[in-house]
Amino acid sequence: MEFGIFTVGDITTDPTTGRTPTENERIKATVAIAKKVEEVGLDVFATGEHHNPPFAAPANPAVLLAHVAAQTERIVLSTSTTLITTNDPVRLAEDYAYLQHLADGRVDLIMGRGNTGPVYPWFGKDIRDGIDLAIENYALLRRLWTEESVTWQGRFRSPLQGFTSTPRPLDGVPPFVWHGSIRSPEIAEQAAFYGDGFFHNHIFWPMSHTKQMVNLYRRRYQHHGHGKHDQAIVGLGGQVFMRANSQDAVREFRPYFDNAPVYGHGPSLEDFARETPLTVGSPQQVIERYGAMADHVGDYQRQLFLMDHAGLPLKTVLEQLDILGGEVVPELRRIADARRPAHVPATALRHAERVAQPETVEV
Amino acid sequence: MTRRIVAVSAGLSEPSSTRLLTDRLLEAADRHVTAHGEDVAVEVVELRPLARLIADQMLTRFPSGELTSAIEKVLAADALVAVSPVFSGSYSGLFKSFFDNLDVGALDGTPVLIGATGGSARHSLMLEHAMRPLFSYLHAAVVPTAVMAATDDFGTTGLDRRIDRAAAELVTTMLVSPGSASSRQGGFLPAEAEQREAGFTDRFDEVTDFSELLHRASS
Repeated sequence: MEFGIFTVGDITTDPTTGRTPTENERIKATVAIAKKVEEVGLDVFATGEHHNPPFAAPANPAVLLAHVAAQTERIVLSTSTTLITTNDPVRLAEDYAYLQHLADGRVDLIMGRGNTGPVYPWFGKDIRDGIDLAIENYALLRRLWTEESVTWQGRFRSPLQGFTSTPRPLDGVPPFVWHGSIRSPEIAEQAAFYGDGFFHNHIFWPMSHTKQMVNLYRRRYQHHGHGKHDQAIVGLGGQVFMRANSQDAVREFRPYFDNAPVYGHGPSLEDFARETPLTVGSPQQVIERYGAMADHVGDYQRQLFLMDHAGLPLKTVLEQLDILGGEVVPELRRIADARRPAHVPATALRHAERVAQPETVEV
Repeated sequence: MTRRIVAVSAGLSEPSSTRLLTDRLLEAADRHVTAHGEDVAVEVVELRPLARLIADQMLTRFPSGELTSAIEKVLAADALVAVSPVFSGSYSGLFKSFFDNLDVGALDGTPVLIGATGGSARHSLMLEHAMRPLFSYLHAAVVPTAVMAATDDFGTTGLDRRIDRAAAELVTTMLVSPGSASSRQGGFLPAEAEQREAGFTDRFDEVTDFSELLHRASS
């Protein structure tokens, strides 16, 4: 099983000091956090894609990930998410293939549809076409990665005549793709159809909902003939804050929770932690909660945590990563390895494995 | 088959004249369904005890605690009675927030009787200018008679007649409507009530095949 973090790159005022980082500070902090992910023994660093304040996540994640690739050796670089709706699939094919070469194959992508409505008109699209854009664009992206010469016509971009996307994917094998969806069954169906991964970022949702979405993907993965339902490739989001003493964790995190974007000024920390995967407490409490996630959704392959949001200072985030990598993840790995049946993959196939056994790609 | 009529009552005081009107509308509806020889189960969802949870849902987008079962009751209803006090020329913010939180299409075709309470009969047109458009937007089937109960009305007989007429309209609409919960279409997936009838335990048991999605995307 893979463990890592995902960032949305929010620039949020630290409610305990009133200080707001500059864009430059936030961007440099994100790089420091990515390097820390490798240092503490985690597996994945994923960055969001944003086109609006208060975010300082890259508009094109490949820019940040290439920079991180040059300063790391081992971790997988991913996106959370790449907007498959409003980006030109031709640019996605080119940029992420180039990144694959720079990162020696340590790249995968999570496709998403964005968190703000206006991103559609900003890029000349119509939000009502969201699902259709995700379907058409991804179908084209796959062809651009797998076929040397693409002649294509569709609804949302100009036609292509004998077009070759360059560079070609590293070793002729495109990056592994996950499809992220919180509420849209069509996207779970899309992931299942292609035998791709399904990433369900349920950090703001109750487990009953997560279970339904993951089960839908698993059933359809088997239906489309990629393997048994329990062999489908599932990733989940997560959100934790830890201190050795759980009361200290609650006391320190509460002002960040109470003022956080999205859920701040709403439910109490205790209510929200009960309903969603947010866990604030001791490392042992995090191990118990996340060690039991597979009881709800089955054995899964990737767990990403949101660690650097809501105005938490860099120093605190790095401390959290020390606890996550040092105390929590080794134990979660042990629990996952112990319970996973032999026929269930431990992780999505890495680049070298995909080169060794290339998938048959149906078009 | 037992018909389910659920009332959403947004009164804030205790006792509440909004609840009083709600109960009388439900009694009348009960009477009319029974007169048609059908069984009926009526239930009231009071919003006041759910106020904090409704505010939480505005922010988190998922319902929690008691609000979850309240929403399930509303979604499973064959007809709704919706009653709010008049606040500043409209229904109350709490009333609006409850309906804002429902999923798109949740009330498609549902017969709805609208009612309101207020200090004087001068507020009556709120029902026509504010509450009826709200439910029209939600694609509910709002019955023609809306019932305003001003304070003075509780001492007159005219209110009884309006309650009776509105309840009769609601029941007639419910009994003939193809758009009640049992046959409602939810767009991509069958309505939850329909899935329950088909024996599905999971609302994602039936899904549009990807080949159809592909075809739809490119056409």
